[in-house]
Amino acid sequence: MSRDLINLIVEATAESLFMVAVAASLGTLFGLPIGIFLATSRKGELFAAPAANSILGVIVNATRSTPFIILVVAIIPFTRLVAGTSIGSGAAIVPLTIAATPFIARLVEGAIREVDSGLIETASSFGASPLQVVFKVLIPEALPGLVLALTLAVVSLLGYSAMVGAVGGGGLGDLGIRYGYQRFMPDMMLAVVIVLIALVQSVQTLGDYLARRVNRRLRHR
Amino acid sequence: MAPEAPAPDTMLRFEAVSKTYPAYRGKPSVLALQDIDFAIPRGSITGVIGRSGAGKSSLVRLINGLEKPAAGRVVVDGRDISALAGRELRLAQRSIGMIFQHFNLLSSRSAAGNIALPLEIAGWSKSDIAARVSELLDLVDIADKRHRYPSELSGGQKQRIGIARALATRPSVLLSDEATSALDPQTTRSILDLLADINRELGVTIVLITHEMSVARQLAKEVIVLDAGHIVESGNVADIFTHPRHSITQTFLAEVLGDTVPVSLSSRLQQQAKPCDHAVIRVLIRGTDGGDRLVARLARELAIDVALLSARIDEIGGQHIGSLTLGVPGDDAGLTRVLSYLSHHRFSVERLGYVA
Repeated sequence: MSRDLINLIVEATAESLFMVAVAASLGTLFGLPIGIFLATSRKGELFAAPAANSILGVIVNATRSTPFIILVVAIIPFTRLVAGTSIGSGAAIVPLTIAATPFIARLVEGAIREVDSGLIETASSFGASPLQVVFKVLIPEALPGLVLALTLAVVSLLGYSAMVGAVGGGGLGDLGIRYGYQRFMPDMMLAVVIVLIALVQSVQTLGDYLARRVNRRLRHR
Repeated sequence: MAPEAPAPDTMLRFEAVSKTYPAYRGKPSVLALQDIDFAIPRGSITGVIGRSGAGKSSLVRLINGLEKPAAGRVVVDGRDISALAGRELRLAQRSIGMIFQHFNLLSSRSAAGNIALPLEIAGWSKSDIAARVSELLDLVDIADKRHRYPSELSGGQKQRIGIARALATRPSVLLSDEATSALDPQTTRSILDLLADINRELGVTIVLITHEMSVARQLAKEVIVLDAGHIVESGNVADIFTHPRHSITQTFLAEVLGDTVPVSLSSRLQQQAKPCDHAVIRVLIRGTDGGDRLVARLARELAIDVALLSARIDEIGGQHIGSLTLGVPGDDAGLTRVLSYLSHHRFSVERLGYVA
């Protein structure tokens, strides 16, 4: 493989990582509070607001059930509004974030719901305010689950980021489609797939390691 | 405010408290507590005994303000906690410490971190928290475990941390919700001793919620017996043990006093007498009736050598409490004499059958 092609791969990988990193950060920024709210707002819970919980749940489900490629196309006007263009990695961050947010919210909800409700009650009985319960009990206790949830979200975003390549989003998917598929370069296609596999593998390994590190339920000797 | 000021020595008072849980998702509404009235003096240790479903959990949640009564008032240290909400309630809750059956420690925090939690919630400064945590670790005798996480500790050690955490904000009431139910008997003993020390040294009023009479007996001076949402009996431990009025109380006592016939004996019991059998009777010993010397008295006064088949006698508040299972040898005449002797001396007797 020529030096030029290798440069292309490196560039595309950097683009993909950039898209994923920004979308994952923004997705966490929006998804974490939404997920915590979903996990604590049913009847009788910390921030009980059953109506808001149901409405938010429907919105989250609607976003999640829209196939990603359709979401990308459907929100092009919104993407233009936010990013000024609908082409390139910068623009791709918009649909990626919109797809990641509800996904992360559901994963966060699951992780938070794993926390023993007895602990919420314990903190409340000590006079903790609902926000203190969130920051002192729910998030620290759910941390291993949250780390695994984010890992899963990043892995999914890597897949999605390859998909936005099909509609001019840049990155590894773009490279695979334009060179590997349209110019019929099987070695390029293979290289893209190998890089993606390596990325997913490293992200998962790192995530598993971090989740173990923060898990105090396991014995540390 | 209260229409009349509560007596200064009352720490906790329920005034005509009822608690209902409304119907929800097809389940009918539940009356958890009805017309509960009691007063617990400052500095005392009071046991609240009941089976699961008797209303103990509701009682606890009313005391620590996690739930509101449907009717009546819950007065803690002169404050009607059932009338408080929001920030006021959270402030009042800091004067009520609580320990739990399953400890409810945060797995993400070390022993010291768990003890610090209520202090962080109360907004103490870092240096004040550090000093107080060290003090508390010493108090519950677990200073060497300060950096350990709950997963590295035994049940007894976890409960010591739970106690330290509950006492962190210097509460005036300590609620113990089945705090020893998940512990082995020896650890239970050491935790109960620790609670007794804390009560004596700090003057903290302790409310001991339990389904085990033995736990209440070891620690409490006063007992409240709950059943199906009502207080069926309450009073001094010794009085309750010597003169239980309600059948629920009697079954609780039976568990402690071994008023049950050993399986090895009950499996051999027969209802029909054969020659040379012993008639088996059970005598309840309550109070100062000299039941502890009963076997010797029967031998001396009736000249009948009864066999002692099984026995359990405890001394509670200076009174003998327990039961004797006796085998009376010979014909029915001997048995009749024994029974009339026992009824003359006001012992409560039950005939169980015969054994060879």
